[in-house]
Amino acid sequence: MAITTTWVFVEEVAAAPASIGLELLTKARGWEGQVAVFYLGAGSDEAFSVLGAHGATTVYHLDPGDNLGTAQATAALADLVGQHRPDLVLFGLTYTDRDVAGRLSARLGRPVLSNAVDVRVDGEAVLVVNEIFGGTQLVETAFRAEPPHLVIVRPKSFPAEPGATVTPEVVPVALPDAGHAGQAVVAERQVEEKVGPQLEDAAVIISGGRGLGAAENYALVEDLASRLGAATGATRAIVDAGWVPYAKQVGQTGKTVKPDVYIACGISGAMQHLVGMKDSKLIIAINKDEEAPIFGVADLGVVGDVHQVIPRLLEALDGR
Amino acid sequence: MHVVVCVKQIPDPASPYKLEPDTHFLVRPAEQVLDDTDRYGVEMGLQIADQTEGTVTLVSMGPAGTMQGIRQALAMGAGKAVIVEDADLRGADALTTARVLSAAIGREGFDVVIAGTESTDGYSGTVPQQLAELLGVPALTYAKHVEIGDGTVTIHRQTGGGYDVVTAPTPVVVSVTAGVVEPRYPTFKGIMDAKKKPVESTSLADLGVESVAPGQEIVSVSPAPERSAGEKVVDEGEAHLRIIAALEQAKVI
Ligand SMILES: Cc1cc2nc3c(=O)[nH]c(=O)nc-3n(C[C@H](O)[C@H](O)[C@H](O)COP(=O)(O)OP(=O)(O)OC[C@H]3O[C@@H](n4cnc5c(N)ncnc54)[C@H](O)[C@@H]3O)c2cc1C
Ligand SMILES: Nc1ncnc2c1ncn2[C@@H]1O[C@H](COP(=O)(O)O)[C@@H](O)[C@H]1O
Repeated sequence: MAITTTWVFVEEVAAAPASIGLELLTKARGWEGQVAVFYLGAGSDEAFSVLGAHGATTVYHLDPGDNLGTAQATAALADLVGQHRPDLVLFGLTYTDRDVAGRLSARLGRPVLSNAVDVRVDGEAVLVVNEIFGGTQLVETAFRAEPPHLVIVRPKSFPAEPGATVTPEVVPVALPDAGHAGQAVVAERQVEEKVGPQLEDAAVIISGGRGLGAAENYALVEDLASRLGAATGATRAIVDAGWVPYAKQVGQTGKTVKPDVYIACGISGAMQHLVGMKDSKLIIAINKDEEAPIFGVADLGVVGDVHQVIPRLLEALDGR
Repeated sequence: MHVVVCVKQIPDPASPYKLEPDTHFLVRPAEQVLDDTDRYGVEMGLQIADQTEGTVTLVSMGPAGTMQGIRQALAMGAGKAVIVEDADLRGADALTTARVLSAAIGREGFDVVIAGTESTDGYSGTVPQQLAELLGVPALTYAKHVEIGDGTVTIHRQTGGGYDVVTAPTPVVVSVTAGVVEPRYPTFKGIMDAKKKPVESTSLADLGVESVAPGQEIVSVSPAPERSAGEKVVDEGEAHLRIIAALEQAKVI
């Protein structure tokens, strides 16, 4: 028996389906069988038609209102999964997806495999591919438990491509009572304003790390980025230090990026950073320590001081 | 409030990690350290206990070994620790880990359970949510700020584009990011006291948890296609020109 049904959990972000959800749909519609979506958010005709264009034939829609909603989504999803018996439920490696995937795993008593970079369906077998040790080793894992198999996939593992011409059937799902577990309420939402090119789709990214020395020196990264029309990124070290917001974090627990050019400034190249950027086409690194691991993946490594190299680079670019 | 902090002992990240050739389990030496991620949880727990005249209990699953990691967390100020150690737990997956931790936590009782957002060695990033579901409580996840109210916990929950202010009544599970608080360094007195603090060791049978066959199996481990290092130039005042040349070649300028 091959795979007959794949479900994709899709969270609504800024009034539209999260891009990871569309990547997963694109992947899933390439397999045999039906593809359905469990959609968590306010929902709109436009959002549903985007889901259809990416391959969803059915959309189960739950609007959490002011509830955090992860416990309710879990209860509703567990119920629907029990009725419709999908073989596979895919989630993205994002915060809300992880919450629901984790809860669902516990509720259904099924393992969840996280951090996947590929999912392969081979007849009955579902194989999940992971990168470990900073992307130097690939691990393939097969499910041994009964379906549904739960997988959390890293963003940017697959492209998102519309192409299906489906008008999905939208099935509203009533907000279930999740008891005490469902009592988390969102009182306020703070959204940072997005300015300039975004990490997700920029062709050029300039990232900074602790080697910049101080928060105010991140201006070097910003100046270079504005000169090159690039997006700005960061390591977790400087996000945790409060120099820049989390939205700029690249790496295992931040964003995965694959730009044409990635310039790492004062970044050591810890494996958790490398997994988020090592598939960039051209990597340039500036680091004063000639032994820094970032040089192991850099096409051009400059052993030097960011405070010398970047200002000279800016000056040379201005002279052009 | 009674706070339980989940802490994990992990192989020292400073030395390269290896897999056992036959089982593909991570090689765990007898001497493991406290996962740096969990120092934030311990600090948060201590601050909540200070504010509410409460207690902090550590719960950990995995081989106890020399207990260096547990002692590190006790030295910060936690009152006692429970370690679940069992030969059947070798290579345990996230769900098994959560089942075991929830049994141990359930026995201790709690108002707040604190965990890290993801462990350094396993990084499934799902144990806190699995725990919350098994314990039947809300999961306040990815906290970058935590406030304790009267029978409630409010956090700033990190989101892709900012944060949400989320409140839930206790009992509750909270997962904290690095950056939520600044972990204290153990004092000399703390380190000496830690040696005398109670550490209880329990097994699956003690907790009444049945060992279950893993729901997945690693079928292959292979080297990833390697990205080879390119050229390295030492800056002597001219290296920026090499960058310009590379950018020209990539047609971005
Ligand atoms: C579970 C987990 C998840 C993680 N997720 C992420 C993640 O998503 N993203 C991430 O980035 N990290 C992540 N990390 C953290 C990661 O392990 C590293 O700690 C972090 O990437 C280091 O950041 P950094 O390179 O800025 O700092 P450091 O490692 O401190 O490196 C600074 C570098 O700057 C160089 N330098 C210093 N001065 C100069 C100068 N004047 N000019 C040039 N170079 C200079 C130094 O030689 C050094 O190499 C994670 C860690 C864990 C445990
Ligand atoms: N074996 C364990 N013992 C105690 N706590 C754990 C264990 N595994 C995971 N945790 C907790 O769960 C968090 C997330 O871990 P993980 O899901 O493995 O990424 C960690 O930061 C710990 O707080």
